[in-house]
Amino acid sequence: MNGTPHIEVRDLTMAYGDFVVQRGLDFVVNKGDIFVVMGGNGCGKTTLMRALVGLQRPAAGSVLYSGKDFWNAAAETQRQLKRRLGILFQGGALWSSLTLAENVALPIAEYTGLPPARVNEIVDFKLALVGLAGFEDFYPSELSGGMKKRAGLARAMALDPDILVIDEPSSGLDPLTARRLDELIMELRDSLGTTIVVVTHELASILSIGNNSIYLDSESHTMIATGHPQDALKNGPPEVRRFLSRGATT
Amino acid sequence: MRSEAAWQLDLRPADDPETLIIALARRWRIDQDLPAADTLNDRLDVPVRHVRFDASALTDWDSGLLTFVSGISKRCADRGIAVDSSGLPPGAQRLLAMAAAVPEQKLAGRDKGPQGPFAQVGTATLEFFRGAPQMLGFLGEVTLSLLRLVSGRARFRARDLWLEIEEVGPRALPIVSVISFLVGLILAYLGADQLRLVGAQIFIADLVAIGMVREIAALMTGVIIAGRTGAAFAAQLGTMQVNEEIDAYQTLGISAIDFLVLPRMLALMLMVPLLTLYSAFIGMLAGLLVSLTIFDTGVFEYYTETLRALTFQQFGVGLSKGMVYGAIIAFAGCLRGMQCGRSAEAVGHAATSAVVTAMLLITIAASIMTIVYYQLGI
Repeated sequence: MNGTPHIEVRDLTMAYGDFVVQRGLDFVVNKGDIFVVMGGNGCGKTTLMRALVGLQRPAAGSVLYSGKDFWNAAAETQRQLKRRLGILFQGGALWSSLTLAENVALPIAEYTGLPPARVNEIVDFKLALVGLAGFEDFYPSELSGGMKKRAGLARAMALDPDILVIDEPSSGLDPLTARRLDELIMELRDSLGTTIVVVTHELASILSIGNNSIYLDSESHTMIATGHPQDALKNGPPEVRRFLSRGATT
Repeated sequence: MRSEAAWQLDLRPADDPETLIIALARRWRIDQDLPAADTLNDRLDVPVRHVRFDASALTDWDSGLLTFVSGISKRCADRGIAVDSSGLPPGAQRLLAMAAAVPEQKLAGRDKGPQGPFAQVGTATLEFFRGAPQMLGFLGEVTLSLLRLVSGRARFRARDLWLEIEEVGPRALPIVSVISFLVGLILAYLGADQLRLVGAQIFIADLVAIGMVREIAALMTGVIIAGRTGAAFAAQLGTMQVNEEIDAYQTLGISAIDFLVLPRMLALMLMVPLLTLYSAFIGMLAGLLVSLTIFDTGVFEYYTETLRALTFQQFGVGLSKGMVYGAIIAFAGCLRGMQCGRSAEAVGHAATSAVVTAMLLITIAASIMTIVYYQLGI
């Protein structure tokens, strides 16, 4: 491992027009972390995610991947950096006109130029990994919410990204499905060394899978805690402890 | 007359004149004709400094009671009168406390009251000019994408193009047939009346042929396809925007313009000219029918007159218009779809806006092209 951090966010400010959502965000995500971005509803978690993955230009500050400033990079560099990212959107965001297999195959075909037979093998394996073997020819509209999410994960993992960014993994899932998804995320980290950034407010996930985190506060519009979620629960500022214990500590 | 179960409200002065006791009795439920808190406005004034409630005779209550009480509390707070709600049922006290726990928020950006007519015109004008650079930006992106296509670097799936072609072309035939036939009929009748005056009935063939081929077939097809397909494009892309599908393309570095807009653009640029040809043909058929029935013109006569009137140039004019209208419809539909917000309402708005934009641009383009072709003598 070299000295430059895997992902580094420096003095990031995100705003919609004059309305500042979050300001002064400074944090580092190390390789192999499961990094949790937590905070209450409307605190700017998803906005931060969109700034991280290149969907929404921040008002100020920078996002660095292995020392490369994403937002000030040339288009080609940005494309190369995007290649290293896999993103699972909240609702799965599967392309509705494509079957599951085509959804997973598209990024592979786009970036690798592998022969179709080889692409299909990879697709079958990825879908099997998320427990959707046999659903290759289904369209997203024919699937349940949980299945869409798992298929979205298969697509996000299609290119074996260094970094997997997941928006609200367990929203809309029953507790058992949510837990299986958490286990799958941890397994990916353990076996492939994938760095995972999870945006969530789901306590069970935060406390069981996260090993590093930031807490975005919607009152002060900035981060008020960072570190291991269990530490934040014990020693963090009162707001964070309240959040992580569903208001039980004061 | 009130039934036994109806509400009852009594105001009792307490021992000291500064305290007012509001006695709530019997049944206070939301489905009744309950009194408004305003009815007590006069009583909540000097010398009253304290308000107490007495609910000992209350038999039944729900949020009808709560709204009344919270209305009173609010008025008291405005006038600096202290409210003691300990006389209310415990459940009601808890709910009132919860409702009062978070003070009313004064949110930024939500304080815009109704605007005057001048302000509305100003806002609309600003909106319009803000929209223009966006439209030009999108036009630029689409142009770049078309250039990528020509240089063989744009990627989309051929199957998408075929699906769009099928959807735009063959499936639009019935509606294009009906409308073109009727428009041809109208055109023929319109001309028949005038031409009869000068005894030039046979020129009805020229009128219908040239009118349909040069102008009307393309215009009618454009209007039909704008309503049918332009709106569908906006709704499709808008829904994809809502589902974050467009974001998913972007994060993978795949151009959504290449992948989604290009096949739609090509499909319309290909199919609208073909539909225009078809529409012109149907229109001329209607002209023939009118001519046969009211003037007794022969089929062969009409046919030769039509051939005489039409030149390849006329077809060139009609087809070029069809292609431009097709491009405009696809452009407007995709633009509004890509600009769509993230709600069901926004998708509806995108569809409407796509049709309006397409109609406006088609009319402008039609005028410009007609004038330019006239000046060039084509």
